[in-house]
Parts: sequence; C-alpha cells; structure tokens
Amino acid sequence: MPFDPVILWTDALIYLLAVIVLCFVWHVHKNEHLLSPWRRVSHSASGMSALTVLLFFIAIGLLDTVHFRTALDHKNNHNETIYDAEVLSILDVLVTPLRTNVEKTYSAPLATHLYAKETLDLPDGTRVRAFARLEFGGAHLQHPEIERKPDILWRTTIGIGYGLLVWSILVAYLCFIQARRSQQNFSQCLTAIWRRKTEVPWYAILITLAIILSLIGAACMLATHYHVFGTDKVGQDVLYQSLKSIRIALVIGTLTTLIMLPFALLLGIMAGYFRGWVDDVIQYTYTTLNSIPSVLLIAAAVLMMGVYIETHPELFETIAARADLRLLFLCIILGITSWTSLCRLLRGETLKLREMEYIQAAHAFGVSHWRIITRHILPNVMHIVLIATVMDFSGLVLAEAVLSYVGVGVDPSMMSFGTMINAARLEMAREPMVWWALMAAFSFMLTLVLSANLFADAVQNALDPRVRTLSHESTILRHSKKKPISTTTKTTRRS
Amino acid sequence: MSELLEIDNLETILHTGKEPVRAVDGLSLKISRGETFALLGESGCGKSMTALSIMRLLPDAGEILAGSIKINGSDLLQLPEIDMRTIRGKHISMIFQEPMLSLNPVLTIAEQINEVLKRHFNLTPEAAQTRILDLLNHVGIPDAARRMHEYSFQFSGGMKQRAMVAMALAGEPELLIADEPTTALDVTIQAQVLELMRQIQQRNHMAILLITHDLGVVSEMAQRIAVMYAGEIIELATREDFFAHPAHPYSHQLFASLPKKQKRNQALAVINGNVPSLTQEFIGCRFADRCNKVTDICYQSKPQWQTITPHHQVRCHLFNKDSTLATNNPFPKTPEKNENIAVVDPISAATLPKTNNALLEVNDLKVHFPIHKGFFRRVVGHVKAVDGLSLKISAGKTLALVGESGCGKTTVGKSILQLINPTAGSVRYNNQELVGLKRKELRQMRSEFQFVFQDPYSSLNPRMRIIEILEEGMNALNVDTNDQENTNQQPSAFSREQEINDLLQRVGLPIETKWRYPHEFSGGQRQRIAIARALAVNPKLLICDEPTSALDISVQAQILNLLKSLQNNLGLAFLFITHNIAVVEYLADEIAVMYLGRIVEQGHIDEVTNHPKHPYTQALLSAVPQIEQTPDQKIIKLAGDLPSPAAPPSGCHFHPRCQHVMPICRKSYPQTSVFSPTHTTHCFLYTQEQSSSDHEH
Repeated sequence: MPFDPVILWTDALIYLLAVIVLCFVWHVHKNEHLLSPWRRVSHSASGMSALTVLLFFIAIGLLDTVHFRTALDHKNNHNETIYDAEVLSILDVLVTPLRTNVEKTYSAPLATHLYAKETLDLPDGTRVRAFARLEFGGAHLQHPEIERKPDILWRTTIGIGYGLLVWSILVAYLCFIQARRSQQNFSQCLTAIWRRKTEVPWYAILITLAIILSLIGAACMLATHYHVFGTDKVGQDVLYQSLKSIRIALVIGTLTTLIMLPFALLLGIMAGYFRGWVDDVIQYTYTTLNSIPSVLLIAAAVLMMGVYIETHPELFETIAARADLRLLFLCIILGITSWTSLCRLLRGETLKLREMEYIQAAHAFGVSHWRIITRHILPNVMHIVLIATVMDFSGLVLAEAVLSYVGVGVDPSMMSFGTMINAARLEMAREPMVWWALMAAFSFMLTLVLSANLFADAVQNALDPRVRTLSHESTILRHSKKKPISTTTKTTRRS
Repeated sequence: MSELLEIDNLETILHTGKEPVRAVDGLSLKISRGETFALLGESGCGKSMTALSIMRLLPDAGEILAGSIKINGSDLLQLPEIDMRTIRGKHISMIFQEPMLSLNPVLTIAEQINEVLKRHFNLTPEAAQTRILDLLNHVGIPDAARRMHEYSFQFSGGMKQRAMVAMALAGEPELLIADEPTTALDVTIQAQVLELMRQIQQRNHMAILLITHDLGVVSEMAQRIAVMYAGEIIELATREDFFAHPAHPYSHQLFASLPKKQKRNQALAVINGNVPSLTQEFIGCRFADRCNKVTDICYQSKPQWQTITPHHQVRCHLFNKDSTLATNNPFPKTPEKNENIAVVDPISAATLPKTNNALLEVNDLKVHFPIHKGFFRRVVGHVKAVDGLSLKISAGKTLALVGESGCGKTTVGKSILQLINPTAGSVRYNNQELVGLKRKELRQMRSEFQFVFQDPYSSLNPRMRIIEILEEGMNALNVDTNDQENTNQQPSAFSREQEINDLLQRVGLPIETKWRYPHEFSGGQRQRIAIARALAVNPKLLICDEPTSALDISVQAQILNLLKSLQNNLGLAFLFITHNIAVVEYLADEIAVMYLGRIVEQGHIDEVTNHPKHPYTQALLSAVPQIEQTPDQKIIKLAGDLPSPAAPPSGCHFHPRCQHVMPICRKSYPQTSVFSPTHTTHCFLYTQEQSSSDHEH
C-alpha cells in the first residue's frame, strides 16, 4: 500500500461530529415541520452568504483532517513497508508547493528578495551586504525589478479569470438544475436569480461565491511562484500556516463546545428544574470552579499532561499523534473550565421556564420529569445554547492564542492562529516590522468568526418561533392581535 | 364651556414589521374643562397610542402623520420638544396601567414627586416638602409625613397607584390622562382609586381622559364616552345616551356579550372574529366583518358621522338619513336586546342528569410556604397561602372561588391538582384521597381533573405545534377515548389524529390549525387550545384559573359560552377561580368567597349575591362597578389592603378592614354560621354554630 491511513483522536471526534450533523440533517429532512424553519434560514441573504464562506473553511478543515503516512521506497528486514514518520493530510498533498518551498527567513508578501540583508558572495569574489534573492519566490524572473509587477498583475488576472470561469460553470449548472426542477427555461431562471426573485437568495450567494472563487483563483496562480502572504522566521509560507491553522481553530471551537455542552445543558437544566439540594450542589460546584483562575487551572493541567507525554514517549508513534493528544487535552480542559457561564445562564432560564404555565400543565398531565426537560425546557433554551456556542467559538479561538502565549497552548510543532499571533509579538517589535503573519492570522480569523456569527444570527432568527412571520396559507385565521403581522405576500414583489 | 383639548384628524402609525400599522387613523375629539371623557375599546384599538400621541411620548417606531392636537388653542404638534416638557406634567399628566412598573424603585416617593415640582415650580426645598406632603395627604396616603420617604416597593398596589395619582397631580394639570388606571387592581382597591379620582376632579376642576375597556368603570366615571374601534372613534355620546340607547352595532354587541346574572340560562352573544389588522387599507366600515347588521354598502364605502341627537353621533350606515337603508330607529328600544344578536345555540340548563354526590371534597386544606432567612436558611415563618379551606364540588356543577389577588385562590387550585404539595388537609376525588399519593399513583388519576390557566400566552409551549400540545396529555396518560360514554364517538378504530380533530372542532377551531404553532393565534384562540388540551384526557373536573381575565369582553363571551356548552354536553364540573363577579354570576352554581387563605362565605349563587352576609362579601359585591346604576347602591369602602399572609391578623382575618368590628373579632376566629343547608359564613355578627356541627353537609 502506498500509504497508511492515520486516525488521530481529534480526527475521530471530528468524524463523530460530522456523523451527528449528517444524522441531524437527515432527521430534519424527513420531518416537514422541522424542515420549515431551516428553509427560512435559507431565505436569509446574509446567513447564506456567511454559510458559503463557512463551507469553504469547513472544507479546508475536513481536508486537513484526513491523515495518512506515505510509504517509503525501501523496506525493512522483514520485507514490510516502512512508512514515513511525517503524518500528512490531503490538504498537505494538495498544497505541496507551499509546504516544501521553504525560504531562509522572513520575506514580505509577493517578494522576490529576503526581508533581511545578508552577506553575499558575488561571482567576482567580492562580498556585499544585500537582500538575497529568494530560493522559490519569483525565482523564474530574470530581472525581478522590472518583471515582478507585470508578472504579478498578469498572474492575478489569469487567476481571477479562472475563478470566474469556474463560477460561470457553477451558475450555469445551478440554472440548469433550477430550470429542471421548476419546469422553466434556462433564461427565465437566470433572470429570476439576477433580479433577486428567487426564494433562496442565490444572488447574494453567487456574489459571495464569485468573490471567493476569484480570490482562490488568484491565490492559486500566485502561490506557485510567490509567497502570497510572505514567509515567517524559518522561511515557511504564511499562507500554508494560515490554511493549517483553520483546522485547529475549528477543532478548538467545535470540540470544546461538544465537550462542554453535555455538562452545561444537563447540570444547568437540572439545577433550575429540580431546585433544592440538586441546585445547591451544582451551584456550589460551578461557583468553586469559577473562582479558580482558569489560566492557572489550564496551565497546571496542560503541564501535567506535558509531563505525562514526555515520560511516555513509547505511546506515540509520530510527532503528530503527540501534538494531537495535547490538542485534545486542551479542548477537554477548556471545555471543563468554560461550561460554567452557559450553565449559569441555563439555570436562570430554566428557573423562569419551570414556572411557566405550560410546564405546570405538563405536570398536571403527569408527564415525566425527563420528558418535561427534553420536550418543554430543552427546545426553549436552545436559542441560548446556540448563541452562547457561537459567541464561545470566537472566544475559544482567542483563548487558544492566549494559552499559546503562556506556553500551555497547542504543541509547538502545530501551526495555529494562536502560535502565529504569539510569534507576531516579537515580529511586531522588530524593526523593520514584520506585519504579514499577524495580518494573515487576523484576516482569516475575522472571516471565520464573522461568518460563523452571521450564520448563527440567521439560524436564531429563523428558529425562534416568536419572531417568525405568518405563513401564507393562514388566511382562515386572523392574526394575533398583539403583534399585527401582515398576512399578505407582497414580499416577493419587493425589488 | 370652552374646549380644553381638541384633537383633529390625528393619524399615528407604528413602523413595525413590513407594513406600517395605522394605530390611530383619523381621530377627532374634544374634551371640555372639568369633564371626564372616556375612551372605550378593546385591546389593539389604538387607545393607548392616542394617549401617547397627546403626550408626544410615542415609542421610537411611532410617528404622527397628520392632524393637530390643541390644548387651550395651541397646537402641541408644532411645539419643539423643549416646550413640550413644560406641557407635560404642568398641563397634561398621565397615569399608567401598571403602578408597579411606573414608579422608579431606587427613588423615594418624595424624590419622584419632587422631580415634577422642580421642573414646573420655583420652590424652596422646604416649600417643596410641604407641597409633597399636601399632595400625599390629598390622595389619602395614611401617615404621609413618614411614608413620603419610603420607596415604592414598600407601598402596596393601591398605595402605589395613589402615589402615581399624587405625582400626576403635582403639576396641577388641566388634563389627566388615565390609561387603564385600575385594570391591574382588585375591585376593592379599584373602588378606592376611582373614588379618589372623582373627588380630585371635583376639587381641582380638572378634565380626565379615561382610557379603559371596562364598561362598568366607564359607567361610574364618565360624562361623555367615545367608543374606539380599529383606530377610529365610531360612536360619541353622553353617558346617559350611550347606556340607554347605544347606537353603533358594535356597542350593542359589546353590551350583549357582557356576562350577567339575568343571562344565566342562555348563551352570551358573541362578536365573531377579532379586531382587524390595522396594517390594511380600509375601504368600507371597519366593523363590517364582525357586524350582525352588515349590508353591502358597509363593504363599499366608509360610514360618515351621523348625528342622532346633538350629543350623540355615530359612524354607521344604518343611521344615514339619505341612504335607502335608513330607518328612524334601526334598533327598536326594547329590553330584549338579544333578539338583535346572533345568539349561539341557546343552551338549556340542566339537560343532563346531575348527581348530587360530591365529585371533589376538600377538607381543611393547608398550604404553607416556609420563609427562609439567614446563612443557614433557617425557617423563620410561614406564608399561609391556604389556611384550612374546605369545599365540595358536585359532578356537572360549577363552584366559583372568588377573592382579591393574593388571597390564595390559585394556590388552592394548584394544590387540589397536587401541583403544589399541601401542608395538611385532605383532597378527596370520588372518595379517593389525593394528598400523599406518589407521583406514579397520582398519574392514573390525572386524567380525571385538569387545569385551564389564566394567561393563554404563557400556557402553551411556543416550540410545540398544536397537535403536539394536544397529544402530550394523551400520550402521558395513555388515554383511550373509545371507552368513554360521554363522548359521542364511534367505538371503532379512531386514530389519535381523529380524536384531535374532534377536540379542535369541539372548541370551535378549524382542523387545519393543528399544524400551527401557538404564536399564530390570538388570545381567545389560544385559550380555546388550552381548553382543548385539558379536554384531551376526558376530565370530569376542570379547574379554571381566571381563564378570561386576559381577554377582551367579546372574546371573554366566546370562552364563557364554550365553557358552558362543554359543561352541558360533557357534564363537566368546574372550579372557577376568578375575581370577576359578573362572570361568576353568569356561570357559577355555587360560590365561595375567600379571604386570606380561608373561605369566609359559601353558598348557592343566588343566596350569596342577593343576600351577602359576611361584611367582606358585602364590600366585594358593592365595589363591582355597575352599568345600570341603582340610586340606593352604596359602595362599602374597605380601608387599606389585603394583609400579608405571612402574618395574618389575629382572630378574624378581616377585622382590621371590617366596619362592624367587635372586640371578640380580634380574639378568635368565628365559627360557622348556617343560614340554609347550602349557605354558610364565618362571622361573629351571626349566631355561631357549635364546633361539633362543623360537618353540616
């Protein structure tokens, strides 16, 4: 076999999460009444644009999750294939030039020369201090001073062109599908999309897609011959680092929440619902946990883990496995320390809800506690969970950065936004300043967190039945007098 | 008489949702000095928006589009905001509905009143203090010198509303806008506040714009009345004219839908539907959809003002002299108004044989809530919410439990259902003891008795569809309706969905509604769903906790009719918990009057309402605002408020407020006095029974 699949701990958990999400999607798809609020999500322009961006991030994250080890050419004594010690992912293979084109040290984005002067031996034997040419960046240019700018422009244009070509194929395909589904002809569909008359805001999605695809196209064309975001201290491509960091951010953001949610949901709702001694115990637990400085707790736990890892090297086949366990442990520790605030929120909300008359009515029917919790309380606190989760997502990505700064974050061999930002601390203090690493980390993180926030906003708006407008067919009934909502369907005529 | 306030063609819209809501649409009215002008209408008619437009205190989404509001001839809408501040409080002031929310809890009462004084008068601090003291004495706050430095949470509900009145009066306004000033208060407190407003008006010669939905309050207070419907005034009359000959079909139907004792054996007239959405453009009459006198012209053109007498105008095509429809008097002045009204199937009383066996028997029920204090949460006392209460309900009968808020009515209901564990006493349903049953054992009994809650907005889970809400009880209790003899269903294979369809039809909702979420329904429809949910498990006893208090009069009539027809068709027994005496008189067979956790008087409805014996019952009944005023009617004023159930007064709980208080009242609680086999009371004014005859039933 030319490669050996490797499933790291976090990979397994991500696969589990993906399976859960797919099951949920399948379940929602089967039930019409569950599907209808999600349809409303698909009608929100900002939400769908954000989802488009998010999908690209998730795709990169998933590509980076499929790990394997390649086989080496030679075989060992027992004629078994020996695999490389380095664990690669599909993403690594896809961006091989980025991974392997390593310079000596810092270089600015799209530069042809290093960012620092060094002593060069000229062919005539003299030595000068000058900016050396990069080994890979712009290496194909004979006269970089003259040729660089036209070359970059040309490549960018070509890249955008390719991006837009892919985009137009996608648009055509979409129109084709739409036309088949709605039994219209092709041009009718295209005009409908163009005039924003479709229910799903394809216009907004396609605009977003056009921007992303032309950016990707340009980056692809440039990245083969330049370092688009420059290189870092050891000459590694910053774009590659940023792409690798996406997985770490997604893992920390989602797995931590996955670990934290059961605690927060179960304990928070139990405390609020049962009151009495259950409430006392849970409250004292989280108050105690909250009064320990969380950085201290995390530092202690991670250091203990570090010692354990150091003393048991035989447990880990590769460096990646070791780094991965450390990442997983960081997620667990972050999860354990961050459930308290959500738990407190949920307890308060449950205290309010348990006095609601519909809960009392359920009691009057003799409905069991478990059923009341799952059927009545849980759906009514889900919006809080959703908001808190997304707000935590960005917080957790930042927490990782803070912890890396203290030295208890992810393994130094791992690339993450945290380690990039931490490195930027020294780079910003340097003269002349190295700004591109921070800039890249910042823009990737901003895009990721912003699109997650926007999407969550759209989901929350659609899932909360209280802010929903009436459906079209409800003409038999007069609308609620408290909230005069129009039943007419003039919305589609808006242009 | 000069006009104090003149509103001409006022148009206010609210920018909520996709289309603007025309909350006030072409409203004109005039209020003279010293008169009480009542603006009457259902919720959502734009009454409060009118008041806020006058004060120019509209919410951010609100906008006045057109019209003029003149006070003493100067147009308020032309004034800059800074001048408006001298108008507010000085010329016009306002009292809001909820006294608990309209006072700032971190300022003392004196400080809050002083804010008004500082703005409008140039007073020295000493003069201001004297003035505040005067004002508080004026509104009848006892021990005002001390209480003026207290915070609002130290005041009771009635006292807070008095303080609000004092604050509104501080600027010596010419016009007082009272937006539902007594809706949140109990009848006895309401009587106090209304009396106070009447006195002050006479003394200060101030005009009052009274905004309310309560016809009784209007009848007691107002001199002139405007009926508002869907953003415009549809009838304008003096009180005498309005109550003697209401002109607009809406006013007629409103009167007909009021529950009354005389209507006991018939269904109430209902106004179908709800107030129309104000987002639409109206072509014809706004009331046309719900009117029982509707003709084609009503849908085609807007009715203009028609003058019946110089002081009585109406906006209705029926009174149009030029129209072919015109008759001299479209509504013959007959006492039997009901003939004009679309009466839902007249219900004959007692169509079902009713047994006299007690379905539910409550004996000496006590519910005490412990008060915890200190670090170790020691129990330092008990709130005696229910303190030794006994009652009995026969199958198919209605017992009304009446009392002021805070007297423990709701706790009684919930503890009968074992939603709250009683501290002591027994609750026997069909001779089976419920108190002390385990959750599992109780579950088998749960289908026999159900609860209908007060607030239809919080009693349905917003995340569940109607079908799920109705199914829940059935699933939890595994109800199999097929073996019930009272339901008129075939015993063949009926799916659960069919049962739900039947339920919805029984409460008068279309079957398609089961796929909707509760927020898509109006208050009345929600209450129907809540009743359907309770009926889903085929109960024999329904405990209704103020099921109509959150609803408008016309919707209330729909729900009362529904309850009455359910009782007749299914033989349900009701425990009807309410503070609304009119509803009780209409619906109940028996009545129990509750005061501070105990029943003070109990009896057949006629016995109690015609010959109330206990001083509290007498006061309670007299405090209810009456529409037909009898000259000899005198409100028995109760001093003060309901005492705290944590520290009830010694002896008879009522003695601090009683007019007939005797020394013995302070010492011991009175025994039962029996007037008839059904009518009993606890008062020292009457012969006391011996303690041995406690079980007089």
